Amino acid sequence: MSTNDPTGPGHKPARRQALNCLATWTGAAVVWTVAGGVPRALGATREGTPAAAAKNALTFVQISDTHIGFHKEANPDVVGSLRRAIADIHALPQTPAFVVHTGDVSHLSKPEEFAQARDVLQEIRVDRVHTIPGEHDTIDDGVNGYLKFFDHDGKGKSWYSFDQGGVHFIGLNNVLNFKMGTMAALGDEQITWLKGSLARVSHSTPIVVLAHIPLWTVWEPWGWGTADSAQAMALLRPFGSVTVLNGHIHQVLQKVEGHIALQTERSLAYPLHTPGQVGIGEPGPVKVPAGELGKLLGTRQLSVVRGQHDLALIDKPLEA
Amino acid sequence: MIYELARNAAHPLLACAGLVLVFCAVFATPAIGVVAPPATAVDIKKFAFAPKEITVAPGTRIIWTNRDETPHTVTSTNKSFASKGLDGDDKFEHTFTSEGDFSYFCTVHPFMTGVVHVRKQ
Repeated sequence: MSTNDPTGPGHKPARRQALNCLATWTGAAVVWTVAGGVPRALGATREGTPAAAAKNALTFVQISDTHIGFHKEANPDVVGSLRRAIADIHALPQTPAFVVHTGDVSHLSKPEEFAQARDVLQEIRVDRVHTIPGEHDTIDDGVNGYLKFFDHDGKGKSWYSFDQGGVHFIGLNNVLNFKMGTMAALGDEQITWLKGSLARVSHSTPIVVLAHIPLWTVWEPWGWGTADSAQAMALLRPFGSVTVLNGHIHQVLQKVEGHIALQTERSLAYPLHTPGQVGIGEPGPVKVPAGELGKLLGTRQLSVVRGQHDLALIDKPLEA
Repeated sequence: MIYELARNAAHPLLACAGLVLVFCAVFATPAIGVVAPPATAVDIKKFAFAPKEITVAPGTRIIWTNRDETPHTVTSTNKSFASKGLDGDDKFEHTFTSEGDFSYFCTVHPFMTGVVHVRKQ
């Protein structure tokens, strides 16, 4: 099943539109296409045939929450799941320009987990894998352990931006500033950097933001939100096309707010429950019968087509 | 015969005495500081500390055990104690020597909070 295309023709998203809970336990990879302004979903690939991206489109792939080092019953072989996703990426009809990984690369922030993750990610035949940290990557020593393996620009910072194919990409770290009883936050230093970085970008430039935890409050009792996301959203609002790609919640959800489309992605390790269900009080790994797990993990291909407002995305499960 | 019995009987006594001496040498001197203080268990289960709030006497050792499959930490807000990331079944312990209220949380899931009240009883 594809994710909805909330900004398609004739669609006028209401501000503060209610959560469009796609929570399909079936998708997996999302292909993003940016053609002309905003990422558009290309369509579902469960049937095996991704919709073709425009030839001039910038196409890239999102993966998330690999949790390398996890070895419990919910998925005893997370490396195997990642390698299956890599095989899917290599089988795409249009080679993606790069891959983004939206955090929780490791499970326990251990150096050997980061090293193994880096080695396996290097097997992906793309120019580059852009990563951002999740809270599992910052457990013992803040983001320092992660940066020893995944320092994007060699500047010792876990946030960054780059331009490619006419799109301005921003990687954020919203797993710092954990304070008791609150949700995670970006923090003042990063907000200030984001403001300065966006000041140099024209409002007609499509923006793609990567952040691990959703930049909207999905479910506060589980910490599924970013305490100071409103400040970041205010900085993004003037732009005509903004796509926010999140991980963390191990399922596909979408929200549209004005010209900002926020999407979460499946994990490549294990599923989590949809929040707010009666009797399910915590976001622990969900154990599913053998043969079902591959349907709940997945990747996402995205394309940006110049001249179009939306990014195209295809969520694809590891196993249809 | 009698001598033999006496000698044989003396052996276990001597052995016992020796053991007592060894015991004293090893354990008696440092007993004041080294003997494990009374321990109290706190479970980390279903993304919560159980019990969430606990009152103990000074000198109590608290042992936290992560019963979840998800990593958690035990991190005090005043930095007086902090565990590493605890994987499933990992333990962390801290001995509370002075009176006070010690709040703590999990840095991975900051909505998980707990407090240790240390009071003379």
